[in-house]
Amino acid sequence: MKFLVCISNVPDTTTKITFTPDNKEFNKAGVQFVINPWDEYALTRAIELKEAQGGGTVTVLNVGEADTEPNIRKALAIGADDAIRVNAAPKDAFFVAEQIANVAKDGGYDVILMGKESIDYNGFQVHGMVGELLGIPTVAPAMKLDMSGNNATLEREIEGGKEIVEVNTPFVASCQQPMCEPRIPNMRGIMTARTKPLKVVEPTGDAPRTEVTEFALPPKKQGVKLIPAENAGELIKLLRNEAKVI
Amino acid sequence: MSVLVVIECDNGEVKKSSLEVATYASQVAQQLGSTATAVAVGEATEDNLAKLGEQGISKVLYDAEPRLKDFVNGAYTKLIATAAEQEGAQVLVLANSNIGAAVGSRLSIRLKASLATNAVELPRTEGGQFVVKRGAFSGKALADVALTTDRKIIAVKKNSIEAQQEAGKTASVEKFSANLTDADFADAPKQVVMQEQAGGVLLPEAAKVVSGGRGMKGPENWNLIEDLAKALGAATACSKPVSDVDWRPHHEHVGQTGITISPNLYIACGISGAIQHLAGVNSSKVIVVINKDPEAPFFKAADYGIVGDVFDVLPKLTQAVKELG
Repeated sequence: MKFLVCISNVPDTTTKITFTPDNKEFNKAGVQFVINPWDEYALTRAIELKEAQGGGTVTVLNVGEADTEPNIRKALAIGADDAIRVNAAPKDAFFVAEQIANVAKDGGYDVILMGKESIDYNGFQVHGMVGELLGIPTVAPAMKLDMSGNNATLEREIEGGKEIVEVNTPFVASCQQPMCEPRIPNMRGIMTARTKPLKVVEPTGDAPRTEVTEFALPPKKQGVKLIPAENAGELIKLLRNEAKVI
Repeated sequence: MSVLVVIECDNGEVKKSSLEVATYASQVAQQLGSTATAVAVGEATEDNLAKLGEQGISKVLYDAEPRLKDFVNGAYTKLIATAAEQEGAQVLVLANSNIGAAVGSRLSIRLKASLATNAVELPRTEGGQFVVKRGAFSGKALADVALTTDRKIIAVKKNSIEAQQEAGKTASVEKFSANLTDADFADAPKQVVMQEQAGGVLLPEAAKVVSGGRGMKGPENWNLIEDLAKALGAATACSKPVSDVDWRPHHEHVGQTGITISPNLYIACGISGAIQHLAGVNSSKVIVVINKDPEAPFFKAADYGIVGDVFDVLPKLTQAVKELG
């Protein structure tokens, strides 16, 4: 079975967010980039399923410029077999979805996995767009994925519960915990990753449909108002009369 | 520029987040000098749909096909796309829910529309532009996004707009069919399992949330969280370490890789406030932190704080809420 796992290159969770002077772009200077944490669930689960099936391939796909390659190598070190990088800065979710769909069309993949959303843009869009572009089902967000032949059983989170969904390949799923325990690379993985194939392809497709005109930081908090523990009941009065939230 | 809004229903009731998007849609329609029509999905009653008039909706389309009771991505996408075509909708509004995001992203391709998810404000439409403010970087930033195609889809973040209630106004409810076939139900769920919600309040939609971390010391102490939540009419939540060790179920985990919430009030009990936790809750309007460690990083993100033992403080808070009446 052929798995395609889409990963995105995002600023580390602890990054202090700043922007370029015109506020149109995220300021990458000095920022550590990591594999999007949600995508790690997709990657590890694909590797686990491949191992359970005793065959098949896991291909990682990233839409990004050359500076994303260290994280693509990391995905190979975790256990993917080969990688494809679409050589373009991701302009918007639609642009990225088109690139993924194009790669998927040519590659004949059975299962396309990705994280629920990226922690930078928080779009939660690409999975559905890829499914629709390819005319195949999408299950999002998926908390569990098991395969039996060409049939997959997934648990899909809904507000207040879950749905058990069965689909046949090919399909798209966007992954979240508790799907698996994301793996970290071991030394052998890191050594073998260096020689695994990483193919670079040029982007195709239409113009993006959205454009960020300005980034801003959220309004600053006033600072915490401390209430003495022995007077805890006072807090409730403040929440009613001052903050007006109860 | 007609506006169509997707209304999610469950057990006959319109979801709270859908009352919010109905309000959002009618305000967008006002901006554009148009009217807002709704298409309802899930199990609804005609009476409750008619009440959407209170949120400024003039007409509700509803297909009573029983298989639409549960979420089916293929069928919902086709149903909403058909309604959008029939109404000539230029703007489609949904909740940024698991259903809204799943169908919204597919619809953006089918309707050749631009899509903004996680919207926190009404669009700015002056000068022929259409700009939506949305949350980004896990609540650490806001982005103004210009939607550049004729058709636009907006998925509105929960609890970012208050549902308006104009008592007495009713919407007309019209039967609607998208001629769905069996093929549209190919990805229908085999089974739907609903979790019991503490106090009956659904966490992703809750206006008030009481949350516990490792400082609660064990699942046997959760009655303190639940008592305060019950008194406040709040939902309960927890931090990642708590769900990792199974003190509480995964669906209560808020944070970077759990649920993102934005209630009016978030009370964190015995949670230190790791950045991954903050990512899930930092757009809450008022944050209260109770922790015995005065150096807990969460105090920096809080509006109100109590440095003290949760086992001592929580019963006092519950008592104080009860005394408010």
